[in-house]
Amino acid sequence: MFDQFWTHLLLPVLYILAIVVPLILAVAMFVYWERKVIGWMHVRMGPNKIGPLGMLQAFADVVKLLIKEVILPTNSSKFLYYLAPMLALVPAFAAWAVVPFGEKMVLANVNAGVLYLLAMTSLGVYGIILAGWASNSRYALLGAMRSAAQVISYELAMGMSVVCVLVLTGSLNLTDIVHAQAGNKGFFDWYWLPLLPVFIIYFISGVAETNRAPFDVAEGESEIVAGFHVEYSGSAFAIFFLAEYASMILVSFLAAIFFMGGWLSPLQGWITADAPRWINWIWTGGFIWLFIKAFLFSFLFLWFRASFPRYRYDQIMRLGWKVFIPITIVWVFVAGLMKYYGWVTIGTGA
Amino acid sequence: MNPQLIQLIMFYAFGAVAVGAALAVITLRNSVHAVLSLVLTFFSVACIWLLAEAEFLAIALIVVYVGAVMVLFLFVVMMLDIKMEQVREGFARYLPVGIIVALVMLAEMIGMIGVRAMGLHVMGEDPAAAAGLSNTAWLGHALYTQFLLPFEIAAIILTVGIVAAVALTLRHRGGVRHQSAAEQVAVDPRTRMRIVKMASETMPTETVPPVAPSQETSP
Repeated sequence: MFDQFWTHLLLPVLYILAIVVPLILAVAMFVYWERKVIGWMHVRMGPNKIGPLGMLQAFADVVKLLIKEVILPTNSSKFLYYLAPMLALVPAFAAWAVVPFGEKMVLANVNAGVLYLLAMTSLGVYGIILAGWASNSRYALLGAMRSAAQVISYELAMGMSVVCVLVLTGSLNLTDIVHAQAGNKGFFDWYWLPLLPVFIIYFISGVAETNRAPFDVAEGESEIVAGFHVEYSGSAFAIFFLAEYASMILVSFLAAIFFMGGWLSPLQGWITADAPRWINWIWTGGFIWLFIKAFLFSFLFLWFRASFPRYRYDQIMRLGWKVFIPITIVWVFVAGLMKYYGWVTIGTGA
Repeated sequence: MNPQLIQLIMFYAFGAVAVGAALAVITLRNSVHAVLSLVLTFFSVACIWLLAEAEFLAIALIVVYVGAVMVLFLFVVMMLDIKMEQVREGFARYLPVGIIVALVMLAEMIGMIGVRAMGLHVMGEDPAAAAGLSNTAWLGHALYTQFLLPFEIAAIILTVGIVAAVALTLRHRGGVRHQSAAEQVAVDPRTRMRIVKMASETMPTETVPPVAPSQETSP
């Protein structure tokens, strides 16, 4: 009895906690890192008062947010107003179930993993749209409308670029996708090379999908204050914040998995030395590589934010529908040709 | 607690949620709440399909209906601000038609359950299990080999539908000034701006003596 209880209930819960708790900590540190990086780019200090080098700033902010009152606007839809932050957070966390961190380091190694990811990321828009509607505020509704239209548009470009990966891999399983990028030509075996335009489109769509600068018209401060979460305060706002940053980190991890070989080493196949385990991950690959890649991608989010002015709304729509989607559709065809003529080889067998 | 029992309990739980949410769709006064109940219905049905190991259909239902179609529904409902009282006025008028539709559906369902209860496999064995593939993989194989022509025809019909919808709604009104993002992006700086090259001016060799404070003060 206890055995079953352990393997079917307690162990999965522990696995889930082992992903979610570091994720929340990562979000906190990511916020700190963002403020620090943008500070440096603006020739400022960034947060530097709380804790060593200001590292505890994010935790201080979280404590502050949690002890603030959650204000309910008059004439707002109370149930939906409280439901919306959760609807934003749950898909952002649930998507992590299929993310493989390393060989066999995955919570759910499902065959329809990519589909599951698409399903979860498409659910996140409900939190935004409901937050905007339930707030009973014009700014919030405008932000929600912009955001929802943008997320739906860029989901298509994102989905089509993932289709290119699927064409080359022939599997919807994320672990298989990483395995297919193994080889002995180092980082030239990864999909970024044959799918270069699609790789760039995927990441830019990811930035747009998470409503980050320069695509952050959903919360354009100068126009609609803070967009869909303008009425939210305290812990409810913190949950939106958490969801946004968790999905940013998710997009970074997925870009690394789909196009940058996941946990594979960029030196794969070039070094075949025997070394102790703590050192040979450098060429045989390990979860540390995935984290390094994801860190670099998440750094790009911050770099974009500090570098680019905000896109205008109609330009965002044009970019998504008239530029990205046609390119990805063409590249699906190109990927099919590459697969058919065997220009791209899959796995270590090459 | 054998897995089958858990599966049965989960089936009834999801089924109860689906039926409850479906009832809420037609009883709730607030149309946004009704749309959200419809979302919940789709979600519960997707869970039931997952239990039936039709994971591709289940996830496709969530991606297509919950993720895209219902969001647009929500858009429309939020924008239109429908007064439900007016919609409800025709209830008595449409009731006979509704009852007929409900009766036909009931008869069909009973017929289907009856066929299943007699142990007849109308659709045959589960082909995915027979081929030893996962549901998704088998669907892919079947769609792109056995059913390629119908699949392509469906794609063409959908494309025609999209083109028709765009053609019906796309209106070019004359005399309207609007921005063209394509033109704006294609702007060449050379047509907008002239860079003048000129020799740098040198400072006068004699340094200007500092202005005396007496001149600075105004009278």
